[in-house]
Amino acid sequence: MDSTSTRRRPLSPFLTVYRWQYTMSLSILHRVTGCALSVGLLLLVYWLIAAASGAAAYETARHFFVHPLVRVLLIGFSFAFFYHLLNGVRHMTWDTGHGLERKAARLSGWIVFLGAIATTALFWILLLRDHGGAA
Amino acid sequence: MSLRSPLSRVSGLGTAKDGVSHWWSQRVTSVALVLLGLWFVVSLLRMPTLSHELVLAWIAGPVNAVLLLLLIGTLVYHSQLGVQVVVEDYVHHHGLKIATMLLLTFAHVVVAALAAFAVLRIAFGGGA
Repeated sequence: MDSTSTRRRPLSPFLTVYRWQYTMSLSILHRVTGCALSVGLLLLVYWLIAAASGAAAYETARHFFVHPLVRVLLIGFSFAFFYHLLNGVRHMTWDTGHGLERKAARLSGWIVFLGAIATTALFWILLLRDHGGAA
Repeated sequence: MSLRSPLSRVSGLGTAKDGVSHWWSQRVTSVALVLLGLWFVVSLLRMPTLSHELVLAWIAGPVNAVLLLLLIGTLVYHSQLGVQVVVEDYVHHHGLKIATMLLLTFAHVVVAALAAFAVLRIAFGGGA
Protein backbone atom coordinates (compact mmCIF):
# COMPACT_ATOMS: atom_id res chain seq x y z
CA MET A 1 0.00 0.00 0.00
CA ASP A 2 3.00 2.27 0.38
CA SER A 3 2.74 4.94 -2.25
CA THR A 4 5.74 7.03 -3.16
CA SER A 5 4.35 10.08 -1.41
CA THR A 6 3.68 8.49 2.01
CA ARG A 7 6.78 6.33 2.31
CA ARG A 8 9.44 7.68 4.65
CA ARG A 9 12.06 9.01 2.29
CA PRO A 10 15.63 9.91 3.21
CA LEU A 11 16.18 13.55 4.01
CA SER A 12 19.25 15.58 3.37
CA PRO A 13 20.51 17.03 6.70
CA PHE A 14 19.01 20.31 7.80
CA LEU A 15 18.97 22.44 10.95
CA THR A 16 16.40 20.52 13.04
CA VAL A 17 18.07 17.12 12.64
CA TYR A 18 21.46 18.28 13.88
CA ARG A 19 22.46 17.92 17.52
CA TRP A 20 23.15 21.44 18.80
CA GLN A 21 26.82 22.37 18.88
CA TYR A 22 28.26 25.61 20.17
CA THR A 23 29.88 26.33 16.81
CA MET A 24 26.31 26.72 15.49
CA SER A 25 25.65 29.47 18.06
CA LEU A 26 28.78 31.24 16.85
CA SER A 27 27.53 31.01 13.27
CA ILE A 28 24.12 32.45 14.18
CA LEU A 29 25.80 35.13 16.29
CA HIS A 30 27.65 36.28 13.15
CA ARG A 31 24.32 36.94 11.47
CA VAL A 32 22.77 38.51 14.60
CA THR A 33 25.74 40.86 15.10
CA GLY A 34 25.64 41.73 11.40
CA CYS A 35 21.98 42.75 11.63
CA ALA A 36 22.69 44.66 14.85
CA LEU A 37 25.51 46.56 13.15
CA SER A 38 23.18 47.53 10.30
CA VAL A 39 21.01 49.21 12.96
CA GLY A 40 24.07 50.58 14.77
CA LEU A 41 25.07 52.31 11.54
CA LEU A 42 22.20 54.71 12.25
CA LEU A 43 23.96 55.91 15.43
CA LEU A 44 27.22 56.52 13.56
CA VAL A 45 25.32 58.54 10.96
CA TYR A 46 23.48 60.46 13.68
CA TRP A 47 26.85 61.36 15.25
CA LEU A 48 28.17 62.65 11.89
CA ILE A 49 25.01 64.63 11.14
CA ALA A 50 25.08 66.16 14.61
CA ALA A 51 28.71 67.19 14.12
CA ALA A 52 27.85 68.79 10.78
CA SER A 53 24.77 70.55 12.17
CA GLY A 54 26.53 72.78 14.71
CA ALA A 55 27.51 73.05 18.35
CA ALA A 56 23.98 72.84 19.78
CA ALA A 57 23.09 69.70 17.81
CA TYR A 58 26.41 68.11 18.77
CA GLU A 59 25.78 68.89 22.44
CA THR A 60 22.37 67.19 22.20
CA ALA A 61 24.02 64.15 20.60
CA ARG A 62 26.72 64.09 23.29
CA HIS A 63 24.02 64.08 26.00
CA PHE A 64 22.31 61.22 24.17
CA PHE A 65 25.48 59.15 23.82
CA VAL A 66 26.52 59.44 27.49
CA HIS A 67 23.11 58.33 28.77
CA PRO A 68 23.63 55.06 30.71
CA LEU A 69 21.13 53.09 28.62
CA VAL A 70 22.70 54.32 25.37
CA ARG A 71 26.12 53.56 26.82
CA VAL A 72 25.03 49.94 27.39
CA LEU A 73 23.72 49.86 23.82
CA LEU A 74 27.04 51.22 22.53
CA ILE A 75 28.99 48.56 24.45
CA GLY A 76 26.72 45.99 22.79
CA PHE A 77 27.33 47.49 19.35
CA SER A 78 31.09 47.58 19.93
CA PHE A 79 31.03 43.88 20.90
CA ALA A 80 29.00 43.19 17.75
CA PHE A 81 31.59 45.11 15.74
CA PHE A 82 34.61 43.23 17.12
CA TYR A 83 32.88 39.85 17.00
CA HIS A 84 31.69 40.34 13.41
CA LEU A 85 35.16 41.57 12.40
CA LEU A 86 37.05 38.67 14.00
CA ASN A 87 34.54 36.03 12.92
CA GLY A 88 34.54 37.58 9.43
CA VAL A 89 38.29 36.93 9.24
CA ARG A 90 37.55 33.37 10.44
CA HIS A 91 35.00 32.95 7.65
CA MET A 92 37.37 34.29 5.01
CA THR A 93 40.05 31.87 6.23
CA TRP A 94 37.55 29.08 5.60
CA ASP A 95 36.97 30.50 2.12
CA THR A 96 40.62 29.76 1.35
CA GLY A 97 40.04 26.15 2.41
CA HIS A 98 41.98 26.34 5.67
CA GLY A 99 40.88 25.70 9.27
CA LEU A 100 37.77 23.69 8.36
CA GLU A 101 38.69 20.60 10.41
CA ARG A 102 36.55 20.18 13.51
CA LYS A 103 39.39 20.79 15.97
CA ALA A 104 40.65 23.88 14.18
CA ALA A 105 37.14 25.30 13.68
CA ARG A 106 36.32 24.87 17.39
CA LEU A 107 39.60 26.42 18.48
CA SER A 108 39.20 29.42 16.17
CA GLY A 109 35.62 29.78 17.44
CA TRP A 110 36.85 30.14 21.01
CA ILE A 111 39.60 32.54 19.95
CA VAL A 112 37.08 34.71 18.11
CA PHE A 113 34.52 34.75 20.93
CA LEU A 114 36.98 35.44 23.75
CA GLY A 115 38.95 37.78 21.49
CA ALA A 116 35.82 39.84 20.83
CA ILE A 117 35.13 40.16 24.58
CA ALA A 118 38.76 41.12 25.22
CA THR A 119 38.92 43.74 22.43
CA THR A 120 35.58 45.22 23.51
CA ALA A 121 36.86 45.56 27.08
CA LEU A 122 40.17 47.03 25.91
CA PHE A 123 38.39 49.50 23.61
CA TRP A 124 36.22 50.87 26.44
CA ILE A 125 39.05 50.96 28.95
CA LEU A 126 41.18 53.01 26.54
CA LEU A 127 38.26 55.21 25.46
CA LEU A 128 37.10 56.06 28.97
CA ARG A 129 40.62 56.51 30.30
CA ASP A 130 41.72 58.83 27.48
CA HIS A 131 38.46 60.73 27.19
CA GLY A 132 37.76 61.04 30.87
CA GLY A 133 34.40 59.29 30.75
CA ALA A 134 32.83 62.05 28.65
CA ALA A 135 33.43 60.28 25.36
CA MET B 1 38.30 23.98 -12.64
CA SER B 2 34.72 25.15 -12.66
CA LEU B 3 31.78 23.62 -10.83
CA ARG B 4 29.25 25.54 -12.90
CA SER B 5 26.90 23.89 -15.35
CA PRO B 6 27.31 24.52 -19.11
CA LEU B 7 24.13 26.62 -19.13
CA SER B 8 25.18 28.78 -16.17
CA ARG B 9 28.58 29.18 -17.78
CA VAL B 10 27.12 30.37 -21.03
CA SER B 11 24.73 32.81 -19.36
CA GLY B 12 27.25 33.77 -16.67
CA LEU B 13 24.70 33.10 -13.97
CA GLY B 14 24.11 30.43 -11.35
CA THR B 15 21.01 29.32 -9.50
CA ALA B 16 21.12 32.57 -7.50
CA LYS B 17 20.36 34.34 -10.81
CA ASP B 18 23.15 36.85 -10.35
CA GLY B 19 26.13 34.52 -10.44
CA VAL B 20 28.83 34.85 -7.83
CA SER B 21 28.98 38.65 -7.88
CA HIS B 22 27.07 38.97 -4.58
CA TRP B 23 29.41 36.51 -2.85
CA TRP B 24 32.49 38.27 -4.22
CA SER B 25 31.24 41.77 -3.36
CA GLN B 26 30.64 40.61 0.20
CA ARG B 27 34.23 39.36 0.47
CA VAL B 28 35.79 42.42 -1.15
CA THR B 29 33.86 44.77 1.17
CA SER B 30 34.78 42.53 4.13
CA VAL B 31 38.50 42.91 3.48
CA ALA B 32 38.08 46.67 2.99
CA LEU B 33 36.08 46.92 6.22
CA VAL B 34 38.71 45.10 8.26
CA LEU B 35 41.17 47.84 7.25
CA LEU B 36 38.77 50.81 7.37
CA GLY B 37 37.10 49.58 10.56
CA LEU B 38 40.40 49.23 12.42
CA TRP B 39 41.48 52.65 11.13
CA PHE B 40 38.26 54.18 12.50
CA VAL B 41 38.55 52.50 15.92
CA VAL B 42 42.20 53.51 16.30
CA SER B 43 41.37 57.08 15.17
CA LEU B 44 38.60 57.35 17.79
CA LEU B 45 40.98 56.17 20.50
CA ARG B 46 43.76 58.51 19.37
CA MET B 47 41.59 61.62 19.70
CA PRO B 48 42.29 63.29 23.06
CA THR B 49 38.58 64.04 23.52
CA LEU B 50 35.51 63.77 21.36
CA SER B 51 34.67 67.46 21.70
CA HIS B 52 32.95 69.19 18.80
CA GLU B 53 36.02 71.22 17.81
CA LEU B 54 38.34 68.22 17.75
CA VAL B 55 35.88 66.00 15.90
CA LEU B 56 35.31 68.71 13.25
CA ALA B 57 39.05 69.23 12.85
CA TRP B 58 39.59 65.48 12.54
CA ILE B 59 36.85 64.97 9.92
CA ALA B 60 38.03 68.01 7.95
CA GLY B 61 41.48 66.50 7.35
CA PRO B 62 41.61 65.42 3.68
CA VAL B 63 42.79 61.87 4.36
CA ASN B 64 40.32 61.41 7.21
CA ALA B 65 37.42 62.80 5.16
CA VAL B 66 38.14 60.50 2.21
CA LEU B 67 38.67 57.42 4.40
CA LEU B 68 35.48 58.25 6.30
CA LEU B 69 33.54 58.51 3.02
CA LEU B 70 35.00 55.17 1.91
CA LEU B 71 34.12 53.65 5.29
CA ILE B 72 30.52 54.84 5.02
CA GLY B 73 30.13 53.67 1.42
CA THR B 74 31.64 50.26 2.14
CA LEU B 75 29.68 49.81 5.38
CA VAL B 76 26.38 50.64 3.71
CA TYR B 77 27.08 48.38 0.71
CA HIS B 78 28.21 45.50 2.97
CA SER B 79 25.13 46.00 5.17
CA GLN B 80 22.86 45.98 2.12
CA LEU B 81 24.42 42.72 0.87
CA GLY B 82 24.08 41.20 4.34
CA VAL B 83 20.47 42.08 5.03
CA GLN B 84 19.58 40.91 1.51
CA VAL B 85 20.70 37.38 2.41
CA VAL B 86 18.76 37.52 5.69
CA VAL B 87 15.58 38.67 3.92
CA GLU B 88 15.99 36.01 1.22
CA ASP B 89 16.35 33.37 3.95
CA TYR B 90 13.43 34.33 6.15
CA VAL B 91 10.87 36.19 4.03
CA HIS B 92 9.25 33.54 1.85
CA HIS B 93 6.34 35.43 0.31
CA HIS B 94 7.64 36.73 -3.01
CA GLY B 95 5.80 40.06 -2.98
CA LEU B 96 6.67 40.75 0.64
CA LYS B 97 10.30 39.84 -0.07
CA ILE B 98 10.52 42.39 -2.88
CA ALA B 99 8.75 45.06 -0.80
CA THR B 100 11.10 44.46 2.18
CA MET B 101 14.19 44.64 -0.01
CA LEU B 102 12.95 47.78 -1.73
CA LEU B 103 12.39 49.43 1.65
CA LEU B 104 15.79 48.32 2.99
CA THR B 105 17.55 49.48 -0.18
CA PHE B 106 15.95 52.92 0.10
CA ALA B 107 16.92 53.11 3.79
CA HIS B 108 20.52 52.21 2.97
CA VAL B 109 20.79 54.80 0.21
CA VAL B 110 19.31 57.50 2.45
CA VAL B 111 21.71 56.63 5.28
CA ALA B 112 24.70 56.71 2.90
CA ALA B 113 23.64 60.05 1.40
CA LEU B 114 23.07 61.67 4.81
CA ALA B 115 26.40 60.49 6.17
CA ALA B 116 28.31 61.49 3.04
CA PHE B 117 26.69 64.94 3.05
CA ALA B 118 27.60 65.44 6.72
CA VAL B 119 31.25 64.55 6.08
CA LEU B 120 31.47 66.70 2.94
CA ARG B 121 29.85 69.66 4.69
CA ILE B 122 32.43 69.50 7.46
CA ALA B 123 35.30 68.86 5.03
CA PHE B 124 34.40 71.83 2.83
CA GLY B 125 33.83 74.09 5.80
CA GLY B 126 30.10 74.59 5.37
CA GLY B 127 29.36 73.21 8.85
CA ALA B 128 29.03 75.23 11.99
